[in-house]
Amino acid sequence: MDVALFTEQLLNGVQLGVQLFLMAAGLTLVFGIMNMINLTHGSLYMIGAFVAAALFGHTGSFLLALVIAVPATALAGALLEAAVLRHFYHRGHLDQVLVTFGLILVLNEIVKMIWGAVPVPLPVPQLLSGSVTLFADVTYPSFRLAILGVGAVVALGLYAVVAHTRIGMWVRAGASNRDIASAMGVNVELIFSLVFAAGAALAGLAGIMAGPINAVQVGMGEPVLILALVVTVIGGVGSIKGAFIAALMIGVVDTFGRVLLPPALGSMMIFMLMAVILAWRPRGLFPVHG
Amino acid sequence: MTAPLLEVKQLVKRFGGLVATDHLDLDVRPGETLALIGPNGAGKTSLIAQLQGDLTPDAGAIYFSGVEITRRPAHGRALMGLARSFQITSVFPELSLVQNVALAVQARLGHSFRFWRDASSDSRLTGPAREALEIVGLSYPSRPASDVSHGERRQLELAMALAMQPRLLLLDEPMAGMGREDGVRMTRLLNELKRDYAMMLVEHDMNAVFALADRVTVLVAGKAIATGRPDEIRADPQVRAAYLGQK
Amino acid sequence: MASSPASYRPSSDMMAITVIVAVLAAVPVVASLVGDPFLVKIATRVVVFAIAAVALNLVLGFGGLVSLMHAGLFGIGGYVVAILAFHADDSSRLFDLFPGTTELSIGLPLAMLVAGAAAAVMGLVSLRTSGVYFIMITLAFNQMLYYFFVALQQYGGEDGLQIMSDLTLFGHAAIGRMSFYYGCLVALALVLVVVQRLINSRFGMVLRASSQNERRLTAIGIAPLRYRLTAFALSGAIAGLAGALLAAGQQFISPAEMSWVRSGDLVVMCVLGGMARVWGPVLGAAVFLVLEIVLSGWSTHWQLAFGLLIILVVVSLRGGLIDLLHLVGRRGASR
Ligand SMILES: Nc1ncnc2c1ncn2[C@@H]1O[C@H](COP(=O)(O)OP(=O)(O)O)[C@@H](O)[C@H]1O
Ligand SMILES: [Mg+2]
Repeated sequence: MDVALFTEQLLNGVQLGVQLFLMAAGLTLVFGIMNMINLTHGSLYMIGAFVAAALFGHTGSFLLALVIAVPATALAGALLEAAVLRHFYHRGHLDQVLVTFGLILVLNEIVKMIWGAVPVPLPVPQLLSGSVTLFADVTYPSFRLAILGVGAVVALGLYAVVAHTRIGMWVRAGASNRDIASAMGVNVELIFSLVFAAGAALAGLAGIMAGPINAVQVGMGEPVLILALVVTVIGGVGSIKGAFIAALMIGVVDTFGRVLLPPALGSMMIFMLMAVILAWRPRGLFPVHG
Repeated sequence: MTAPLLEVKQLVKRFGGLVATDHLDLDVRPGETLALIGPNGAGKTSLIAQLQGDLTPDAGAIYFSGVEITRRPAHGRALMGLARSFQITSVFPELSLVQNVALAVQARLGHSFRFWRDASSDSRLTGPAREALEIVGLSYPSRPASDVSHGERRQLELAMALAMQPRLLLLDEPMAGMGREDGVRMTRLLNELKRDYAMMLVEHDMNAVFALADRVTVLVAGKAIATGRPDEIRADPQVRAAYLGQK
Repeated sequence: MASSPASYRPSSDMMAITVIVAVLAAVPVVASLVGDPFLVKIATRVVVFAIAAVALNLVLGFGGLVSLMHAGLFGIGGYVVAILAFHADDSSRLFDLFPGTTELSIGLPLAMLVAGAAAAVMGLVSLRTSGVYFIMITLAFNQMLYYFFVALQQYGGEDGLQIMSDLTLFGHAAIGRMSFYYGCLVALALVLVVVQRLINSRFGMVLRASSQNERRLTAIGIAPLRYRLTAFALSGAIAGLAGALLAAGQQFISPAEMSWVRSGDLVVMCVLGGMARVWGPVLGAAVFLVLEIVLSGWSTHWQLAFGLLIILVVVSLRGGLIDLLHLVGRRGASR
């Protein structure tokens, strides 16, 4: 493996990691704060991509599609939370698994009814369709670089919000102890809804950015959901920092595993990594709950 | 003087900044009933939990019949003869009373890798279980534990502890939440059991404490501020100021 | 819960098991009366998935462990039989060591062994965690198994593996439609009886207690981990048996059978039928699979109805079909 290939794969790995982080950020907060296992997170990823593809089809503008589709996904998430999921925060995990499992089937089918079963095109925006020369003979697609940039900005922004603002303090308080949070007079219900909507927006963003690289099709969110779950448990449920580090780790390990190892082994690498880490630390790298 | 059955040396347990157990020294002698009293939040339950193995102390040591058990897992301590009844009742709600107690018998009889024979009709389990239920005065043993009254569930806890054939009973407020009548009955029962078992008894009912205890230790903010015979404790001005006087 | 566990009478459960097996045994007779051999095919599928669901329910219903990796274990069983047949077919050797075989008296136990061992190894990691962690880890392991078989190109990869030669049981042809159905039914009956005994044994009491109050169990002197692990391995072995039977029956296995959605389906079967009884998941599997066929015949968008149905069951039918039976029975009795 020469420097050029190595650089390219490393960037690919980090880019995958950044996308996984966008997914895992919402998941880990929802798990951490509401103690809710939410399998519909992958559906929100899918909804984001489909809405963007539809908007792109109408307007021809990727930017416009992005700007509208992200809040639209947040809205879809908020509706989902208010209509169904809210009623399951206090139910057992089994009920949460089942109800979100049922919702996946429903949402997949609704998307299929609206947009059909064949993939919908969402091309790379014109402006970013070229490549960038990084150094010497190493080039990298602009769009992937843009994903990296957006992801990094969002990650930093999220970290700043969670670590340094009042809302972030409430969120952290909620993640580590719900009862104390409500005793502090925090409107936990509202925080829950906001966090859920924000998580949905990030999932939608991840889906939109993945659209031009993978395909926009029904069920596209499920493999990503599972990778994001792996990220969440490795990072420690409820920990943004853990999700970030784990996402990069999984992105890089998965990418290099597929390049360097025989396929049967390469595709198992991240799961083995998860097994090893959890055997060592059963509550993940940065456990939040005591 | 005989060697103590249970010995606690310089035990420390912190929850963040709060010191729940503060360099505590304590012992229980064979056959003795030691009452542990103190205001709410004094660290009584935390101490019991450290003795039983639910909580790991930050420093210090615990010896049970001469063996250090400070870091031994809870199930190992149970098999050595440490039995705890929880302040907040803790039973198997979907099992019947007799099944609850039979599990405690089963634990003592060695491993449970027996896959075929029906446990509920195994008299080696149900026999001792029914006996224990009888001792604590529980009837209709096939009722599910979720269906019985709070007082009965407290009795069930005690029956489970007895079925373990313990060498030391750790009883955390066994009369909490009981009506007067049930409380009196429980006191009478403990008075009988006290002949056969060593006990550490946490209790707020002072009449019960002074009736049952051979010695009393007063715990305030994780520290033992006094230990002595019940009459000594009752007379101790420091104790009166710190605790009894408060009431 | 409508049925209190103290009224748990093993004898009435044995009765229910007998009735269920008898009804299933009558299906081929009915099929030949109405002249619809397709019924036997459906019934075979029901029986096979019932075995898997009963296996899952051992840990889910009685051990309180929400495993989402049982489709993976199920698939392992299927692949063991299919891979053995594959090597028998071209007389090659597995790992350059073992010859293949089409003999199910070797294939089925081996499928159970491999699936059970896989469950034990993965259980060792996942059972050290609890709650959401356990669910997510088992889900991840399921995907690991899925991708593993997708990547195994020599055994068909994503397209799956066809079983070309005729499978035998003790030298007799094993895949005649009738004989195969009754073979599967015998397996289901055995599994039901074994699991029924198991959950009422000392082992079963510990398993059930561990799901109700782990802290209490530890306080009386029993650490639950090795019992859970044993139950998980046993459950995996039985799920592997079911997968092996599926592969043998349809002469084919593919990674699609191990997708995590299948794992979810198995959980739905348990909950739908009722987890409080060993035989509940048999009802769940039957209703689930029949509904799948009926709904998909109705509309291409049947998954919508299916999803809503799952949500409805979670919201309103907590004890599953068993509770519905109790309700109907009580109303009938009070008339
Ligand atoms: N798990 C825990 N985490 C944090 N603080 C705790 C925990 N358990 C007990 N405490 C605190 O330790 C102190 C002692 O509690 P406890 O042992 O229950 O007292 P007691 O049984 O004497 O009423 C209390 O202030 C209580 O709030
Ligand atoms: Mg207390």
